[in-house]
Amino acid sequence: MTDAAIGSLPIASAPPRRDIGLRRRYAAERRFRWYGLAAISVGLIFLVVMLASIIGKGYTSFLQTSILLPITFDAQVIDPQDRRDTDPSVLVKANYPQLARDALAQKLGIALDDKPQIAALRGFVSDGVRTQLRDMVVADPSLIGTTRDVWVLAGANLDSAFKGQIDLEVAEGNRKVSDRQIGWMDQLRAEGAMAGKFNTGLFTYGASSRPETSGMGVAIIGSLYMMAIVLLLALPIGVAASIYLEEFAKKTRLTDIIEVNINNLAAVPSIVFGLLGLAVFINFLGLPRSAALVGGLVLTLMTLPTIIIATRAALAAVPPSIRSAALGLGASKTQTVFQHVLPLATPGILTGTIIGLARALGETAPLLLIGMVAFVADYPKTPLDPATALPVQIYMWANEAERAFVERMSGAIIILLVFLMAMNITAIVLRRRFERRW
Amino acid sequence: MNIMSQEKLEEAVSGGMTAKPNEVIKMQGRKVGVFYGDKQALFDVDLDVRQNQVTALIGPSGCGKSTFLRCLNRMNDTIDSARVTGKITLDGEDVYDPKIDVVELRARVGMVFQKPNPFPKSIYENVAYGPKIHGLAKNKAELDQIVESSLKKAALWNEAKDRLNEPGTGLSGGQQQRLCIARAIAVSPEVILMDEPCSALDPIATAKVEELIDELKQNYTIVIVTHSMQQAARVSQRTAMFHLGYLVEEGATDKMFTNPDDKRTQDYITGRFG
Amino acid sequence: MPMIYFLAIVLAIGVAAYIIGRGRAAAQTGGAQKQHSRPHYHGWWAFMLAALPALLLIIVWSVGSSLYMERHVEAQLPEQTADSPIASRSLALGMVKSLANALRRLDAQALDNLPATFAELQPALAAKGAALAPDTQDYMIPIATEANSTSDTLRLTGGVLALALALGGAALGIRSIQPRARARNNVERVVLWGLLGSSMIAILTTVGIVLSMLFETFHFFSVVPPAGFFFGTVWDPRFAAAGATDSAGQFGLIPLLAGTLYIALVALLVAVPVGLMSAVYMAEYASRSVRSVVKPALELLAGIPTIVYGIFALVTLGPFLRDLSAALAGGSPFIQAQSIFTAGFVMGIMLIPVVSSLSDDIITAVPRAMRDGSLGLGATRSETIKRVILPAALPGIVGAILLTASRAIGETMIVVLAAGVAANLTLNPFEAMTTITVKIVNQLTGDLEFNSPQTLVAFALGITLFAVTLVMNIVALYIVRKYREQYE
Repeated sequence: MTDAAIGSLPIASAPPRRDIGLRRRYAAERRFRWYGLAAISVGLIFLVVMLASIIGKGYTSFLQTSILLPITFDAQVIDPQDRRDTDPSVLVKANYPQLARDALAQKLGIALDDKPQIAALRGFVSDGVRTQLRDMVVADPSLIGTTRDVWVLAGANLDSAFKGQIDLEVAEGNRKVSDRQIGWMDQLRAEGAMAGKFNTGLFTYGASSRPETSGMGVAIIGSLYMMAIVLLLALPIGVAASIYLEEFAKKTRLTDIIEVNINNLAAVPSIVFGLLGLAVFINFLGLPRSAALVGGLVLTLMTLPTIIIATRAALAAVPPSIRSAALGLGASKTQTVFQHVLPLATPGILTGTIIGLARALGETAPLLLIGMVAFVADYPKTPLDPATALPVQIYMWANEAERAFVERMSGAIIILLVFLMAMNITAIVLRRRFERRW
Repeated sequence: MNIMSQEKLEEAVSGGMTAKPNEVIKMQGRKVGVFYGDKQALFDVDLDVRQNQVTALIGPSGCGKSTFLRCLNRMNDTIDSARVTGKITLDGEDVYDPKIDVVELRARVGMVFQKPNPFPKSIYENVAYGPKIHGLAKNKAELDQIVESSLKKAALWNEAKDRLNEPGTGLSGGQQQRLCIARAIAVSPEVILMDEPCSALDPIATAKVEELIDELKQNYTIVIVTHSMQQAARVSQRTAMFHLGYLVEEGATDKMFTNPDDKRTQDYITGRFG
Repeated sequence: MPMIYFLAIVLAIGVAAYIIGRGRAAAQTGGAQKQHSRPHYHGWWAFMLAALPALLLIIVWSVGSSLYMERHVEAQLPEQTADSPIASRSLALGMVKSLANALRRLDAQALDNLPATFAELQPALAAKGAALAPDTQDYMIPIATEANSTSDTLRLTGGVLALALALGGAALGIRSIQPRARARNNVERVVLWGLLGSSMIAILTTVGIVLSMLFETFHFFSVVPPAGFFFGTVWDPRFAAAGATDSAGQFGLIPLLAGTLYIALVALLVAVPVGLMSAVYMAEYASRSVRSVVKPALELLAGIPTIVYGIFALVTLGPFLRDLSAALAGGSPFIQAQSIFTAGFVMGIMLIPVVSSLSDDIITAVPRAMRDGSLGLGATRSETIKRVILPAALPGIVGAILLTASRAIGETMIVVLAAGVAANLTLNPFEAMTTITVKIVNQLTGDLEFNSPQTLVAFALGITLFAVTLVMNIVALYIVRKYREQYE
C-alpha cells in the first residue's frame, strides 16, 4: 500500500546505450589478471622445482650403506710382534682394514690366497673402518683375539650402487663398480648383511677426503658458535641502539646520519662485511683466520641493522599512552622505557632477531673471505679454533667432483633449510601469537 | 511503514508543492540492506531518486547514508566483506542483476568523493581519464572538446585553462573538488553521486561547489550525502533522513526542514544530536 | 693466563660489588632520611664503577699491546737487502707471527731446549699440527720466543692493572652509598651513554668499512696505477707467489664491471616484471585465502640462502640448459654450463620476492581514494592499476628497483657458482663472464699474502663495489622516503 503510494511516479526511460568497448576492455582485464597469476606461478614453480631437485638428490644421503661383518680381532694382524704392553702406539698403527677385508672375504667365501678375488674387494669396505676398529680396540684392548659382529661402512661407490644410483647398463669398464662386486653386494643384501642405516656420520664427522666419512659435525658446531656470538652481541647492541634512536634521541643531524647509515648498512653487499672482517679483525687485530669468533663478529655487524630496524618498528608500535601513563606515575624516562615499553615490544624484537639470525645462518660470502673455507677434521673446542660453517661446508662439497659428495651436499642443504624453516616458522608463530592491535 | 504512509499523507495534503507533473523516478531502492561481514549496516531502505533533482541524504555520522550512496553505483563491490540485499534499479533495471555490467553502470552513475582525489596527473589528463578509458572521443580534437566543456560545466575552466598541463594535485582544495566533479562529468553520466563533497573545503570553496551543484541538476540527477543541514536545505529538492541504518523519513526538502513528521528528524534538525 | 680469565674475574668483582652495594643500601633504608634511589640502583652503580673502567682497560690494553708487539717484533728484524731470502719485511713479520703462535703449542720442556735451526724445529711443530712456511729462517726462532715472553708479560701486567682498577672501583662505589646519593641518576646517565654508544656502532662499522678498504686500496695503487685498474680491459692477475711484489699481472676492472652489470641486468629483466606483477596481483586481485598461501611461500623463497640458488644453478639448471641447447643445436651446445644467462636467471628468481615485497609496500601505500576515484568513473581494475596506481607508485617503484639492482650487483654466491671465473668481454648471454664479487672471492680464498697486489686488488674491487651500491642505496632510500612522505 505504501509501495503503491511511492511508486505512483513514472519511471524514467533509459537513454540509448553507449558503446564503451566493454568486450575489448574485459579481454584486457582477463589478460592482465592472467599475467599476474603467471608471475606468481613462476616464483612458486621455481620454488617447487628447486626444492624437489635438492630433496631428490639429497634424501638418500640420510641413509648410508653398511655391511655386517664378523670381525676377528686377530692378534697376528694387530700386533704381530706382541709389543702392545710396552708400546701402546702399536694399537694405533695396526692394519685394521686387513681385519675387515679378511672378514669380508670369509663372509663371501673367498679364499684369502685367491689374489684376483681379494684384489676385487678393494673399495668394497670404506677406509673409515680403520678409525672405527682402531677406536674399538684402543678403548678395549681385551677385544683382541675375539670375534665380534660389527656394522662397517661400505665404500662410496658401493653405497651409490646399493642405492641404485649407478647405471648397470653402462659397460663394466666405464663404471666404478664391477659386476663381481655387484654380485657380492646382491649376495650380502640377500643375507641381510648389507643394509642402509641412518647416516649419523653425516651429522658427526668432520672434513674428509672420502665422501662416506665426511660430515657436517665441524660445520654445525662452527655455525652454533657463530649464532651464539651473533645473539650475544647483536641482540643487546641492536636493542640498545634502537632504544636510543627511538626513545631518547632528539632529531639532530647526528641521529639523522645514524639513521641513514643503518638503512644503508642493511643494503650493503654481504661480501663487503667479509672484507671488513679480513682487514680489521684478522689483519689489524690479529685474530686467527678460520675462527668462529671472527665469523661471528662479521655476522654480528651484518645482522645488526636488521635487528635495529625490526626493534625500532616494534618500539614505535607501542602506543604513546603507555609511556605517558608510566611517566605520569613518576617513573623516570629510563624506567618507563625499560619496565614498560620494552616488555611490550619484546615479541616484535624477538621476531626480528630470529629473522636476522636465520639470514646470518645462511650467509656464505663473507665467511669465505675470512678463511672459513678450511679442511677441518677436528671439532673446534673454542670459538678461536679453526671451524667451518654449514653453508661454507655446502660450498666446499659443491666444489668436489665425486657424485657421492653431491649427495652429501644436497643432504646438507636439506638440513640447512630445515634449520632455517624452523627459525622462520618460529618467527611467524611468535608474530601471530603476540600480535597486538592497539 | 507507518512513517511512510503518514509522510505520503502529508504530501498529499500539502498539495504537490514540490511534485511537479514532469517528475520521474531515475533510481529506486527497495528493501535495501547492507552487511559488512556479519554486521548489518543498513536495514530495509526504500527510497526514490527523482530525475534532474538533487536528493540529499542526511543524518548523524554512522547512520548509513554513505553506505546507501555507495550501493547506487556498486562501489560497495570494492569492499571484500560487503554484501547487499534488496533491489536497486536504474531506469527500472536492477543494477545488481548479473546482466548489468558494473563498468557500464559506473559510467552512467558517476561519483565524487569526500576528499578531493585528483590523480597525480595533469589537469587535462585528469578530466580526459574517463573519456579515454571508455573510448568516448574519436580523436584528439573531440577529447579537447570534452575536457573543455567538462571544465566549463564544473566552473573551473577560467581558472584552469592556462595550466591544463600542470598537475591536478597543485590546485587548491576547492579547485581540486571541482576538478573531480569535472572528471565525473566528462564521462557524461546520468546520475552523479556526491559523498560529502564539501566536508574538506573552506566556506568560500563550499559556496562555489554548492552553486555548481545547483546548476548541474539541469542536466544530471544528483544524490548528495551531507552532514550539514544547511547545505541540504540550500541545494536539494528532496531530503532523506537516515538514523542507525534505517531510513527515518523522506520528503520534499522545504517540508522536511519546516515540518518534519518524525521526532528523530525534528531532534536532528534542531541540533539535539548529530 | 689468557685475558679471558681476567675478564671473568673483573665481572665477578662487579657482581660482588652489586650484591654488597645493594645490601648496604637496603640496610640504610630504615634510617630517618628517605633514600633518593632504591637499593638496587646503588648496587648497579657499584657494579658499573667496578666493572666498566676495568673492561675498558682490558680492551684498550689488548688492542694496544698487539699493536706494540707488531712494532716490537718488526724492529728486531734484520734490514732487508736485495738478496735476502725473504722478499718483503711484512712477509717476514708474518712468518715470525705464525712461528710464535706455533711455539705456543709446545710444552714447557720442549720450549726450554729449543733447537737453533728451523729444520730441527719443524718436525716437533708439525707433530703438534702447526704447518709453517718451509723458508722460515733460523734467526726468527729467538725473535719469536722473545715475542712470546714479552707479550705474556704485557698481558699479565694489563690483567693485574685491570683487577686493581676493578677492586678500586668497587670500593669507591660501595663507600659512596648514602641515603641522599643520586645512584639512580648516575646509573641512568651511564645507561644513556651505553645506548648512545651502541647506536654509534653502525657509524663505526661504516667508517671501518671505508677506512680499512681505502687503506688497502692505497696500498694497491702504490703498486698498480689507478688508471690501469679503472680503465684496464684485461684481467690477468697471475698467481700471488709468496712475497712476490712484481706487478706483472694486469688488473683491469672493465671486464669484471661489465660482467657484473650484464648479469645484474639479466636478473632485473627476470625479477622486475615478475616481481612487480606478483605484487600487483597480491595487492589488487588475490583473495584472502590465496594470499595466506602465496605470501608465506614467497617469504620462503626469500629466506632460502643464496648458496642454495647457486648450487641449483651449478648442479641442475646449468647442465640442463647445456644439454638442452646441445639437443636443439644438434651436437655442440650453444649455452655453456656456466653462463651469464644461467646466473642472471637464477639471480632474477632469487630477487622476485625482494621486488614483490618492496613494491607491495609501495602499491598498498597508494591511497584508497585513488582507486575509488578511478573505479567510480567506471574503469576496470586493470585500467585502474595501469593508468592510476602504477603511475602514482612509479617513484617508489623506481626506488625499489634501484635497491634490487644494488642487491644484484653485490650478490656473490650465485655468481661464484654459476657465472664462471673467466674474465671475458662478450655480448653473448650464453657464454661465461665473471663479476667483481667472484674475483674478490677468488683473490682472497686459499693461501694469501697480504702485501701482494693479487690480494690487495680485492680491496680495490671491494671499495668499488661499496661505492656503487652505496650511491644506489642512498638514492633509492631517498626516493622511497620522499614517496612515502607524499602519501602520509
